[in-house]
Amino acid sequence: MHAEKEILFRDSASKALLDPQLRANFRRAMDGLITKRRNQFPDPRDLQDLRDLSTTIRSRSLLSLPELLEQFEANCTKNGIKVHWAETCEQANNLVLSIMQAKGAKTLVKGKSMVSEEMHLNAFLESKGIEALESDLGEYIIQLDGETPSHIIMPAIHKNKDQIARQFSQKIKDAKYTEDVDELTAMARKVLREKFLKADAGLSGVNFAVAETGTLCLVENEGNGRMSTHVPPLHIAVMGLEKVVARLEDVAPLYAILTRSATGQAVSTYFNMITGPRGTDEKDGPQEVHLVILDNGRSRMYADPQLRATLRCIRCGACMNHCPVYTRIGGHAYEAIYPGPIGKMVTPQMEGVGVRHDLLHGSSLCGACAEVCPVEIPIPEILVRLRREATHEDVGSNVLGRGTGRTGTEDWAWRIWAGVLKRPALYRVAAWFATRFGKALPASAPLIKNWTRTRTKPVPARRSLSERMRAEGGSHE
Amino acid sequence: MSDARTAILGRLRAAGGAGPLPDLDTAVLERRQWPAAERAERLRKGMEAVHTEFLEATSATWPAVVRAFCDREGLKNLLFGPTCEDGAELARSWAPGGTKLMPYDRPVETFKDELFTGVDAGFTGTVGGVAETGGLLLMPGPAEPRLMSLVPPIHIALLRASTIQDTFWSAVKALGWGRSLPPNALLISGPSKTADIEQTLAYGVHGPKRLIVVLVQDLA
Repeated sequence: MHAEKEILFRDSASKALLDPQLRANFRRAMDGLITKRRNQFPDPRDLQDLRDLSTTIRSRSLLSLPELLEQFEANCTKNGIKVHWAETCEQANNLVLSIMQAKGAKTLVKGKSMVSEEMHLNAFLESKGIEALESDLGEYIIQLDGETPSHIIMPAIHKNKDQIARQFSQKIKDAKYTEDVDELTAMARKVLREKFLKADAGLSGVNFAVAETGTLCLVENEGNGRMSTHVPPLHIAVMGLEKVVARLEDVAPLYAILTRSATGQAVSTYFNMITGPRGTDEKDGPQEVHLVILDNGRSRMYADPQLRATLRCIRCGACMNHCPVYTRIGGHAYEAIYPGPIGKMVTPQMEGVGVRHDLLHGSSLCGACAEVCPVEIPIPEILVRLRREATHEDVGSNVLGRGTGRTGTEDWAWRIWAGVLKRPALYRVAAWFATRFGKALPASAPLIKNWTRTRTKPVPARRSLSERMRAEGGSHE
Repeated sequence: MSDARTAILGRLRAAGGAGPLPDLDTAVLERRQWPAAERAERLRKGMEAVHTEFLEATSATWPAVVRAFCDREGLKNLLFGPTCEDGAELARSWAPGGTKLMPYDRPVETFKDELFTGVDAGFTGTVGGVAETGGLLLMPGPAEPRLMSLVPPIHIALLRASTIQDTFWSAVKALGWGRSLPPNALLISGPSKTADIEQTLAYGVHGPKRLIVVLVQDLA
């Protein structure tokens, strides 16, 4: 799934900035989420202790990841969950398809899953004649318009009530126009209940996978996750290989910090622990449960001691809610499955740092993301590291697309810069010209315009510091 | 696909680094404790904040409290598990007429349509509660199927105050869930809800629209 051509974040970001409706929708939502999160952590000591504990739990899990995955797989198998492995999204898609075909399943109802977005599963299944319907209300709303999520927790956050009201009245059969949120919700409930009832298969993601018990944990508020996993006769779960933790009691603090960081809730409506298909004498639940464990670049991140921290992420979205860039342009401008700071870190590692070079620079490195991250991922440091990877081929690096973000112009500019600085005589001549004629250089000159497009042109002082030192006296002490 | 498995695990192993594991400091979880008498109140406050309704009862009165609620709401029927202890007790005291008790005693495939469209409420027990945030712990199984607490528009849950734990963390340990788990176990903190439209809370999106907790005060 590698993009061939460089995708320019600066173009889509500029476009998003000009959309006042989009900016208003995001501003309102993000301000609300920031306040709600803050209210959940009244005691700074408790917050820091919980972050430290969560970070340690995730780091411990990663330290013994291969062993935990094997233990997890063995326990799942013992419980009757069939485990499959996929190196790529293509493999994962084909696995889901073959599991469905083996049961003759034609319709799939989906709970929220970012990994399935990563796989572009819906489009794939539809090309094979299988209906894949999103059932999370936000995902359902964007699927009606053929859009992708603009936020990993609240996928339809870019739309306001009026837009959704118009959309429902046009796209849902027999729906009347209403801006009442309860009525809109009731319309979706009616359509989707019918789908849950009839679906041949249900699909879900996994928030946490527990090695010691072989359990899939799902966090949700709506109940569509439970519907998708318990009503249809077949349940397929997809997860990234980093999701596993050693023990169920390790999940408790991660769950506590996840809901508080994500939506400012002390607890979600449902925390669903699935440890197997319908048991002996059970009267409901799926007859078969399958799990697809996906790599898609994760083992590559794992191999690098610094980039491994990327895999600590529990997908809460707090980094987006607090990001000054994301808040202003929304999720779609990133043209990636994972937007915001987490996306800037993950997407270039999955698709290549060269084609996603621009994304790495779409950050002021202010550090708000790292400050709120529940598992203390040093996002700005990782971005700086990836910026270097994009233009260098360092020995020992295994970053995808390393060095391919280098351009001839940039190379040439740095070479001249270095050449001038290394030769005192040349430097003095260049400085003399810059101080005397720098002001006359037009802001639209090549190279300069890349800088001046969004910034004021720097004007050199009339005389350089060393010239003034010589003229006005002074020592080097 | 075992090829993918071998390749993935091989890459992870080659990355190495399985050094000594850092210690876990769980003090932040341990300090979340309340006297037994305060736990029910805290749980109630947390769950009421997300629209859960409470009915007070004692070990002797709870079946009558459930019945009175059903009559008051004019419920046509109430789905229950006839072979679980609480379900059996409810059935013993259930007077004829009014709300009909409907046993969930056959595979869901035989009455899926009826379950989705013809059932007013479901009654389940719980195996505990969580004081810190509010929440019920359920272990569905053969006697109390999974969909009872999900599909009917009203879920009535029986909670004994003596079973409420401090936190989800302490509950997992007290219930021994770390050692083994049934095919399904869950925590429920309120009726189904969403804030996907403009961050406006709406209740009853896919699961129950109302959650009624019958709280049995059984602390000595």
